[in-house]
Amino acid sequence: METFIFDGTLEGLLTSIFYCYQRKSGTVKLINKDYHLPDVFQTNFLVVSDDEKGRRVWEGLKKKLDKEWLLRFYQSYLSEQPETFQHLFNFARYIIDNPAGAEHNFGNPHVLAISQMAQKVHREKHRMEAFIRFQKTADEIFYAHIEPDFNVLPLLTEHFQNRYADQKWIIYDLKRKYGLFYDLEKVEEVAFDFSAEMSPNLNALPSRLLDPKEELYSVLWKDYFRSTNIPTRKNMKLHIRHVPKRYWKYLSEKQQ
Amino acid sequence: MFERIREKLEILADAAKYDVSCSSSGSNRKNENKGLGDAYGTGICHSYTEDGRCVSLLKILLTNHCIFDCAFCVSRRSNDIKRAAFTVEEVVELTMNFYRRNYIEGLFLSSGIFKNADYTMERLVRIVKKLRNEERFNGYIHLKTIPGASEELLKEAGMYADRMSINLEMPTETGLKLLAPEKSHEEVKKPLNYIQKNINQFSDEKALIKSVPKFVPAGQSTQIVIGATPDTDKEIMDTANAFYKNFSLKRVYYSGYIPISNDNRLPVIGTQPPLIRENRLYQADWLMRFYGFNVQEILNDAHPNLEADVDPKLSWALRNLDRFPVDVNTADYHMILRVPGIGVASALKIVQARKFGRLYQDNLKKIGISYNKAKHFIRFADSPVQLKDFESGHIKGLILAESQSKYQRVAANQLSIF
Repeated sequence: METFIFDGTLEGLLTSIFYCYQRKSGTVKLINKDYHLPDVFQTNFLVVSDDEKGRRVWEGLKKKLDKEWLLRFYQSYLSEQPETFQHLFNFARYIIDNPAGAEHNFGNPHVLAISQMAQKVHREKHRMEAFIRFQKTADEIFYAHIEPDFNVLPLLTEHFQNRYADQKWIIYDLKRKYGLFYDLEKVEEVAFDFSAEMSPNLNALPSRLLDPKEELYSVLWKDYFRSTNIPTRKNMKLHIRHVPKRYWKYLSEKQQ
Repeated sequence: MFERIREKLEILADAAKYDVSCSSSGSNRKNENKGLGDAYGTGICHSYTEDGRCVSLLKILLTNHCIFDCAFCVSRRSNDIKRAAFTVEEVVELTMNFYRRNYIEGLFLSSGIFKNADYTMERLVRIVKKLRNEERFNGYIHLKTIPGASEELLKEAGMYADRMSINLEMPTETGLKLLAPEKSHEEVKKPLNYIQKNINQFSDEKALIKSVPKFVPAGQSTQIVIGATPDTDKEIMDTANAFYKNFSLKRVYYSGYIPISNDNRLPVIGTQPPLIRENRLYQADWLMRFYGFNVQEILNDAHPNLEADVDPKLSWALRNLDRFPVDVNTADYHMILRVPGIGVASALKIVQARKFGRLYQDNLKKIGISYNKAKHFIRFADSPVQLKDFESGHIKGLILAESQSKYQRVAANQLSIF
């Protein structure tokens, strides 16, 4: 068995797949360099990410997989889970080594793992589309920050750009320290240094930064949320299944 | 000003909440004018109330003043409650500002009938028209059809709304006559039919000419109140089935009656809403729409009501044990779909995966079927040998013993240790 160490990027992952064919490797253990613990008894192969090699592998996958499966591959990659990187590596080899259509074999552990992880990432993306609450700032930018389980920002661009085409907005990932900024023309990645006043747990900017009417609408929204509830049907178990507690921090209607 | 709008929202959201429709999917309205909102594709539930219902639309009445006196309705004329009415501008402002903050997918606008049907419908149309034309709002709009409104107004409304709906209220005509003598199923059918005819006509024209505008792209729905009148589940599902067929409805909603009146024709205030029954009816509805079941298979004269302790699919399987076990490695997709514990997604995975090799217990569990339920009804590559045939009561007992119903309360003689 060989151990490949890659840099955690998609390019690096695809380059690793390239090398396993060039080196005619057998079983390969793929490790992200951030998680790698050096081991005296084992020789490691350090994968240097290479744009060209990565692209060749992607082109190869494109010949075998339809758009939906390519998206699943990308979604699974965004999960950032070490065991998923290994599954992606093995999945790609399985697809390349077998005739077209192999991705339908849900009996294969890697196919199943990728399809399930893609679903999890998709759900997290969907939750962000649902639970993000913008606050309008005094300079007319709608701002929200999030800490998603997976790195879903790249998947959110299209949805928010289509929907909020006539307002400026920022969605910032506090965990991964970058965000998306839409300036009425295009979406750009941004990164900024927050001063201490930014509380990561509350979706609340300090009131001096906010639009004067922001408070009114957040109060009206809380009122609406309360009025639309039917107390005789109360079912907290179902409520929490739909809105797990770790997401409550995003929801202005859940704050006191 | 601040307080007045808060009070109005409170009254008019409270009065609108008994309409359970919350869907915001099925439309095809894209944001093509660089405006606000996009109602293309699947809907989004932006929040959930503590009763576990989805909050997707700003669901309000334009006003809760009403000239009718339907016994089951909070806004009935004879009910002594606070009344309020929004202005057109207030509804537009609320919708736009809620939408901009990603609170909602759009607007669900209904209304009590004030003066007459046309007067009310005309106000509703004015709001949606302003949202679409002046505010360039492309979010989802669900608009109530006011029974008795003129065809011109309905047609105009359809040009701006994504979905329109009109409620049957009671499952049978007799039940409706008892509680709301001024209403009839006939006056629901007429506008449903008129709008459906227009939907068909617009889509026929759209096939030929691309520039034909949208007309109610997410179709129509209706709501039936459960448990206010003594109808059987069979009567309810027969009505639902007929409306799905005759008016191509997208959805029929079943709403457990929540007692809001001391009227002696209705369950008394404080009675628990029939939540299990409501759930079972939705399950039966799904079996009809997505699992290829015929309504007579689920409910018939021998079984006029759904069972409370098991779901309708399991109930059907137990009554038809001669059609089981099903071999997942060879059976037809439609038969696999009928196995209790196997859903649409798993059934599709099973038929794809078995092309690559026989499926074992382990594969099935990983694919995500509800194995403990399904195992009594299926055969797979490593099925254990079973010498005797179980009878249905026995299987039901086994399944109930192994599972914990979400409705089951702890038995009275059982102390909880937590």
